[in-house]
Amino acid sequence: MRCDFADSLLQGYFDRELSTASAAEFERHLQHCVHCPVELVDMDMLSERLQLAQLYEAAPASLKKKIRANLRPVGAATAMSQPLLWHWLAAAAAILLLVIGGWRVNSVLRTDDYQAELAEEIVDAHVLSLQSGHLTGIRSNDEQVVKGWFKGRLKFALPARDFANEGFALQGGRLDVVDERSVAVLVYARSGHLFYVFIWPTRERDTSPRLGSRQGYQWVDWRKGRIEFCAVSDAPTSDLQQLQRLFTN
Amino acid sequence: MNDLDAEDRQRFEHLVLPHVDAAFNLARWLLRRREDAEEVAQEALLRACRFFRGFHGGDARAWLLQIVRNTCYSWLGKNRPREMMVEFDEELHPQTIATPESMAIVNEDRERLTRALESLPPRFREILVLRELEGCSYKEIAAITSIPIGTVMSSLSRARRQLYSVLTNSHQKEAAREV
Repeated sequence: MRCDFADSLLQGYFDRELSTASAAEFERHLQHCVHCPVELVDMDMLSERLQLAQLYEAAPASLKKKIRANLRPVGAATAMSQPLLWHWLAAAAAILLLVIGGWRVNSVLRTDDYQAELAEEIVDAHVLSLQSGHLTGIRSNDEQVVKGWFKGRLKFALPARDFANEGFALQGGRLDVVDERSVAVLVYARSGHLFYVFIWPTRERDTSPRLGSRQGYQWVDWRKGRIEFCAVSDAPTSDLQQLQRLFTN
Repeated sequence: MNDLDAEDRQRFEHLVLPHVDAAFNLARWLLRRREDAEEVAQEALLRACRFFRGFHGGDARAWLLQIVRNTCYSWLGKNRPREMMVEFDEELHPQTIATPESMAIVNEDRERLTRALESLPPRFREILVLRELEGCSYKEIAAITSIPIGTVMSSLSRARRQLYSVLTNSHQKEAAREV
């Protein structure tokens, strides 16, 4: 049997992360608990073992060298690394197309820009989070409840709205991290499909929706009022566009 | 990696490069293989460089480790998707990766601890590495793994308990074999 404090205060106390008041509270508890003092000693021994074993592994010199070499400005680099070379070739090809091409060039460039790249990373992150089953968040059809859950977790006002009357019923929301930024995710359902709308603040100007697909998912990305939206679903693109219009209206 | 101007490059060298060891260490424990860790750490550094303009001060180590972690998980998802779903894998447990390096390790306890750590699910391994090896505060761990501080405590508790029980079990097994 374990003590109720074992999963919370005990850890904080051991790691010296508690406030003075909480630490004092826990010390009072320690005086009459039979489990916690034992667990503290176990933790201390384990921690000491980990320190003594010197498990920390520093980066090999070869890696540091490679990273530094990559940092050098283009002109100074003697041998261009393979991926970099491909970037340059791709850039050269794009310029060539721009020179030769007419309207077709547009579509080539469009798939190569930052917004599309980010949308594709979102799809990848999304697929990954579905696989790992680590979806923490709030499950509710009530937009006020969902808004309340996000409050304090986000630095911007989240436009959480339920579109049940229009056919997209709000299912809940969660937090995710894409490219080291926190993003809010709202989940909607419609005729057996789930729609995930990734939302985060941006400094960029408004853009009209752009479309794409990846790994069997469709995405629509747009920016409005300094907020970027990326809706992802395995449903047809037309459904995603409909949801996008509901958000922008 | 070259889209930074001279000034940004200098800032990057100054703020981010000192944490390459931390980046490699985390990748090594998440991926369990040094060769993979080298590749992924390098990729993470490239990403960090690409998005460096979006970094406005703050804790550079936590920022970099967040990128390393995400890169590791996305690499695992692509290359070893099974591992991502594993809660605790008996099959992984007794496995030792026999490199000349690991064979040369004379310190038995180090070997045993390494094996025990590697048998834990990635999320547990990650939080133990951040706390015990990297010495991150709860606040930093919360920032790196994007989980609330309360969850940091309960995850640490579960991770420590599991490591402890793996170590005691393997110890008992060995003792039983000797008898």
